[in-house]
Amino acid sequence: MSDSVSLAVNGEERSLEVEGRTLLVHALRDGLGLTGTHIGCDTSQCGACTVLLDGRAVKSCTMLARQAEGHEITTIEGLGQDAELHPIQRAFVEHHGLQCGFCTPGFILTTADLLSRNGAPSDAEIRHALRGNLCRCTGYQGIVESIRAAGAAS
Amino acid sequence: MIPAATRYARASDLDHALELLGEPEAKVIAGGQSLIPVMKLRVARPSLVVDISQLDLRGVREEGDVLRLGPLTTWAEVAAAEAFERPALAAIQECALGIGDLQVRNRGTVGGSLVHADPASDMPAVLLALRAQLRLRARDAERDVAVADFLRGPFLTDLGEQELVADIAIPIPPEGSGSAYVSVEHPASGFALAGAAALVGPDGETVALTGVGATPFVLPAGAVRDAISRSEIFGDRFASEEYRRELAAVVAARALDAARQRAKENS
Repeated sequence: MSDSVSLAVNGEERSLEVEGRTLLVHALRDGLGLTGTHIGCDTSQCGACTVLLDGRAVKSCTMLARQAEGHEITTIEGLGQDAELHPIQRAFVEHHGLQCGFCTPGFILTTADLLSRNGAPSDAEIRHALRGNLCRCTGYQGIVESIRAAGAAS
Repeated sequence: MIPAATRYARASDLDHALELLGEPEAKVIAGGQSLIPVMKLRVARPSLVVDISQLDLRGVREEGDVLRLGPLTTWAEVAAAEAFERPALAAIQECALGIGDLQVRNRGTVGGSLVHADPASDMPAVLLALRAQLRLRARDAERDVAVADFLRGPFLTDLGEQELVADIAIPIPPEGSGSAYVSVEHPASGFALAGAAALVGPDGETVALTGVGATPFVLPAGAVRDAISRSEIFGDRFASEEYRRELAAVVAARALDAARQRAKENS
């Protein structure tokens, strides 16, 4: 049984059909075609599916789509554009914050949450904030440097 | 992984939530950080998910010598609350900051963790050490129960199917008190292999443990190692009983040291 819902995604009201059990990540990817939000582990561990809900990082695989009604969702598509990257995206490019890029949207949105609360985090604070995001390529050093640079730039 | 088919309803207030809970197999969802993973595993298959996130049960307020913590307060909000910066209640902030990860702390709630009653969850140990009381609401009844009586076993509590946690009351410890929470986590799951909350003050010293027994529990009075040797401690594939006993003694000693230090600063 599906219901028609309206979700505020990247500044736009979008209507779609979801079931009660539909996870937010599936609504974003399959319902709205926003495939920048990735599914990594599907078990709330890896953070690849991280999006912002009212500006706070959440795992969209651990939330029902219906729970997001009435909240502002930001996905990686809403953060920057190809022509004009968001400062966090630029910092990840400049400081080797990614290799394969699969985990990157999640890292960038977690970073957006972190920097909105603390513009100049210490390395320890950055690493604490990254606990819920896994990267299998970079070894995190480049990611930490990217976040430090993004904090300094913003 | 996709949960089994279910319906969703958003409760507008406490009475509406309790009315919706009248349906058999209905289940409450707050932040969903415990419920959704078990729904995805189909361990939980509620017919109806009752979203209580809009209820006015959030935040921290001081009432005389009691702090009232709304069960819908998220870990991130607990960690940022000024009320828990005082040495006597520092264990609460310390514990909240160590739970899960940033995304989980943004969604997960204190009440949700309490009713999920994972035997390795952190905050119940702190609430035990601080002698917190829960107020449970049903459609036509209300009762208070100590956290110690609320936790009945692994994933088992005293909460009735048509009851909700409406309030968490934390007595503010007297001047000269300090508290702390220390845990050693499993590196993959982040759950405590052993965690200890300590409250030290003019009334004496209390230690509560989590991750080592069927439920978090208050250690009987006396020397910590003796008390642990008399307690029922379990072992599993992550850590043997012997190792958990040793770890429990280590985290208890560290938590006591930190709590004593804070008590000194507070007197």
